[in-house]
Amino acid sequence: MNIRPNAILEVDALERRFDVSAPWLNRMIEGKPRRTLRAVDGVDFVIQRGQTLALVGESGCGKSTIAKLVTGLHPPSGGKIRFNGDPDRMQMIFQDPFASLNPRWRVGRIIAEPLRTLRPETPAERVAARVDELLRTVGLAAADGLKFPHEFSGGQRQRISIARALAGEPEFLVCDEPTSALDVSVQAQVLNLMKKLQKDMGLTYLFISHDLSVVRHMADVIAVMYLGRIVEIQPTADLFASPLHPYTRLLLDTIPDLDAPKRDRAPMGGEVPSPVSPPSGCSFHPRCPLAFDRCKRERPERRAQVHERRVACFAAEATSTGETTDT
Amino acid sequence: MTDTVLDVRNLRVEFPTRHGTLTAVDDISLTIKRGEILGIVGESGAGKSMTGMAILGLLEPPGRIASGSIHLSGDRIDALDDRAMQSIRGRRIGAIFQDPLTSLNPLFRVGDQLVETIRLHTDLTKSQARTRAKDLMREVGIPAVDERIDNYPHQFSGGMRQRIVIALALCAEPELIVADEPTTALDVSIQAQITALLKRLCRDRGTAVMLVTHDMGVIAETADRVAVMYAGRLAELGAVEDVVRRPQHPYTVGLMGSIPSLRKDVAELQMIPGSMPRLNAIPQGCAFNPRCTHAGPKCRRDQPRIDSAGAACWLALEGATA
Repeated sequence: MNIRPNAILEVDALERRFDVSAPWLNRMIEGKPRRTLRAVDGVDFVIQRGQTLALVGESGCGKSTIAKLVTGLHPPSGGKIRFNGDPDRMQMIFQDPFASLNPRWRVGRIIAEPLRTLRPETPAERVAARVDELLRTVGLAAADGLKFPHEFSGGQRQRISIARALAGEPEFLVCDEPTSALDVSVQAQVLNLMKKLQKDMGLTYLFISHDLSVVRHMADVIAVMYLGRIVEIQPTADLFASPLHPYTRLLLDTIPDLDAPKRDRAPMGGEVPSPVSPPSGCSFHPRCPLAFDRCKRERPERRAQVHERRVACFAAEATSTGETTDT
Repeated sequence: MTDTVLDVRNLRVEFPTRHGTLTAVDDISLTIKRGEILGIVGESGAGKSMTGMAILGLLEPPGRIASGSIHLSGDRIDALDDRAMQSIRGRRIGAIFQDPLTSLNPLFRVGDQLVETIRLHTDLTKSQARTRAKDLMREVGIPAVDERIDNYPHQFSGGMRQRIVIALALCAEPELIVADEPTTALDVSIQAQITALLKRLCRDRGTAVMLVTHDMGVIAETADRVAVMYAGRLAELGAVEDVVRRPQHPYTVGLMGSIPSLRKDVAELQMIPGSMPRLNAIPQGCAFNPRCTHAGPKCRRDQPRIDSAGAACWLALEGATA
């Protein structure tokens, strides 16, 4: 399989730990131990140029930490991130369009900032023309560049964030929950815009979301995360047709489905455990209907049987070895 | 007739401001029966929370009920003074809000908060109230109640906290529960647990529930009937299956089409052009007409209204927009 030549981002055994110990004095007096939170615990994936890889999972699973590691906002504690491109051409879109735009700057200046920083030699009139062009690309008017962020709605602000990200002519965009703060009809506008831009400009997205229906619409490949690990990674259609990991099945069973509402379901109990003291072995075993002894003792690894179809689960391994070892 | 718990007639909520009066809720009529869950759905600013707050008597001044009536099991409650309304809230109407942390006092053990609420609304003794608190905690699915009752709110997870809030709302066995985005702050797997709990309580106790949310999926799986709101008005009201599968109002059609499906592949999501009007710029006639592809002269002139079911759209009401 020719995976590597076309890969734009390769993440290998990525780890990020945070020290969440009590303050020094408390540790000395009360004898509290040091505690580490493993936010990202040995994650690997590859993103192909021009594709969208989605990280999906519930709060605290480490998906946003990966976004920050990939963009260099946090240094990793272990593992490698290899970006096969110009680091200046990586940009990020954040969740909250209210917090990510400087309220004291006019929109034109916000959008021009990456240009001024990355290519300071660009003449002023060229920058102004580029800002006008970017505003139109994301569906705003050139005159909007003179306004301040507070004059825009949430969806329009997210368009401004996208225009700013595009200003540096990126090839790779990290999008951390870009539509979670928006109403559904506005979300549709932003998602359509992002898909169109991807097609027109050949962009690659690392798309982070908790919403499986949004992820299904946007992604080529989906990685499901649980407590800092990727439990399953599959092409989108396969993941929905034949989810391999019991946690993925739990997620698919619990999300409301408008086309076939599950009105009489009995939802699975349990909650995500604390990442500070995750369960032994497979961290999902306390909630897993298929768990057996081995799951409590050993940590399942994602077997690299087929590049785009891997699962970290002993039960799935036992039942599906025949079907997944070939191709 | 005794079956109707909540009866809202032509409710209108206004906010007088320096620049004129804003109408946040405009002529809304709806009913909820015993044991029924009515969903109120809409996008930010549609007036759905405002409707819930008006029923709870919790409108922030200068907001006020300008006209219309609210009856709770036959008793009119919209014109009561603060004191009388306070005794109805909690006793006859329970409230559940989005963020469980703001509904719980962080400085008190959850058991003490439950006991206090139970004793406020009943004449049980302290130890009887504590037994009742434990029963309620068990009923809402909290494990190891004997230990957990003496924990503080921060010792519970988000989902467990929301269960405590539901237990608080149930203390006085209210006839009606107003739940405003009760699952929005929770993860999907926990969200499913909470909606299942609400449904079970509603069925077992016959409580009427008004479920306010922006999430059509939650409505589809939880509510019996649904009211779709747009710009402070009712756009459509009907049985959930009808509204989800065969929406009549062009706004509902657009809203449903803009939600990515879990089954169908579409290259592009349906978009409703433009955005919802601000309260100071609601167009004449149908509030949706500038964004509607079917709009005709009548839509720009006269406001379509519905009473208890149907779509507030001239095309659906009269088959023509001329």
